[in-house]
Amino acid sequence: MSATAETAEPVAPAPLLELEGVNTYYGQIHILQDSHLQVGEGELVCLLGGNASGKSTTLKTILGLVRPRTGAVRLGGEDVTRLPTAHRIRRGLAIVPENRRLFGPMTVLENLEMGAYLRPRTDLKEELDRVYTLFPLLYERRGQLAGTLSGGEQQMVAMGRALMSKPKLLLMDEPSMGLAPILVERSFEIIQQVNKTGVAMLVVEQNANVSLSIADRGYVLSTGRIVLEGRAAELLQNDDLRKAYLGR
Amino acid sequence: MSGGSYALDTDPRPGPLAAALSVVRRHPLAALCVVIALVALWLGIREGWHELAQATLNGIVAGNYFALGAVGLTLIFGVLRLVNFAHGEFLTFGAYMLIAANALHLPLVVSAVIGVVATAGLALSLEVALWRPVRRKRVGELQLLLLALGLAYVMRYTIAFVAGPEDRATGANVTAGVTILGLRIGRTELIVTLVGIAVIALVALGLRSTSLGRQMRALSDSIELSETTGIDTDRIVLVTWAISGGLAGLAGIIYALPAGTVNPQLGFTLILSIFAAVVVGGIGNAYGALAGGMLIGVAQEWSTLVIDPSMKVAVGFAVLILVLLIRPQGLFGRARSVDR
Repeated sequence: MSATAETAEPVAPAPLLELEGVNTYYGQIHILQDSHLQVGEGELVCLLGGNASGKSTTLKTILGLVRPRTGAVRLGGEDVTRLPTAHRIRRGLAIVPENRRLFGPMTVLENLEMGAYLRPRTDLKEELDRVYTLFPLLYERRGQLAGTLSGGEQQMVAMGRALMSKPKLLLMDEPSMGLAPILVERSFEIIQQVNKTGVAMLVVEQNANVSLSIADRGYVLSTGRIVLEGRAAELLQNDDLRKAYLGR
Repeated sequence: MSGGSYALDTDPRPGPLAAALSVVRRHPLAALCVVIALVALWLGIREGWHELAQATLNGIVAGNYFALGAVGLTLIFGVLRLVNFAHGEFLTFGAYMLIAANALHLPLVVSAVIGVVATAGLALSLEVALWRPVRRKRVGELQLLLLALGLAYVMRYTIAFVAGPEDRATGANVTAGVTILGLRIGRTELIVTLVGIAVIALVALGLRSTSLGRQMRALSDSIELSETTGIDTDRIVLVTWAISGGLAGLAGIIYALPAGTVNPQLGFTLILSIFAAVVVGGIGNAYGALAGGMLIGVAQEWSTLVIDPSMKVAVGFAVLILVLLIRPQGLFGRARSVDR
């Protein structure tokens, strides 16, 4: 839809998200080193890595919360490297933040509305219905303060809030973190379900096994470098990865 | 009910005092109402109900400018994590702009509006010329604090330099009084108090049910999370400054009009009580600041029934200390984080 940038190769459509040659620094510390990544229309991609591997920095670079020193971030082929966060969100990006961070002093409904406040209020009802269909519990809890919900419920609100903006690409920052195993499974079912509705996803995770089992493709990040990438099914078979992440 | 219960206190067997405190912590507003009722009962029996009613009315009058001053201070803290010590000087500036406009023989109402708008403009200019540039240069929090403190002095003495250090008349009628149900209140006092209450109600309503209010509350909860939901944070910061400045200007005017005179120390004498209101209400919580302002105002005026009025500012801080001991996050504040 956004045929703004004239790219050199007119063959394939521009990927929804593209990082190219990204180098990000915090002060003098070189965090992301020549990082690259792509997410295509409707794809489910996971970005794996341990603590301090650069996962969060990658997300922040995509969102524009930190700016890379060199390299480019593109959304639908358009270079957004210099654009502030709000403008990137307007181009169809949404995030479910780490720890399902919500606006604690706001109700469930207000949190959901925050996800859609960029859009005309007339669409709101329709989007709310969609989210309530996906998470019927949120309808029951709509008047409750978000800060008083359990971890699993907060996950639903965070996911619902992100979906309210009708994103083309949804970023998920460690959805499994701090959730009981049964809820992790449920979370990833929901991720798959949402992905099937046509929303592309980039899932940033430590939990390689469960992420790769639902993803189309995966990247493995280690100390700021992409060290491995490929089809999820192949990565699951990769010996190095299995040793490093799957523990078997 | 499919949800579990959320136990906040984990002490297995609390003693009676601890049990009482934990009830207070969990139901702070109910506990506050009980405390207020008990104090009112004591004061009413001791000093007479008419005296108590008069002090309460005076407290609501004072609570108005505390609340209006506090809400802007708390919003700016919430949004920018900036403790704006120069906020008191916004009150002074608003009152002086009223006097300046008045000197041009404009009607008092028009002068008041000019005072409010000019203070909002001053707040905006300071954001653009000072606060935004220093934020961009990542100046540390302590430095920002000292900067705000220094700015307060610069503004105060600039006002004193331009307008003179002596008292200046506001031009309002401070002699006419009204008696309602046997309670005395100055006519100007009554008018500005009603205006103040109306504005407080509007602010509370606006914060609750407008998109702008929601964005401001979102920002005061977490600036990063707000950015990632697509809020144009720079714009909301500007709007917050304008509202903060405008309300502070109004607070200064509401204080100055019934007082009849203004001097450059106006904001400085009020800012500590305003800070107390902010902290009592829960730092960063706008509703809390409104309620905290009223609470501090009434507490100070009630105290004049039993102690020397010149000591009433200390009473605001006694309330503050009590609230912090029992509920460190303030009445409406929430414990550190929603993460669990």
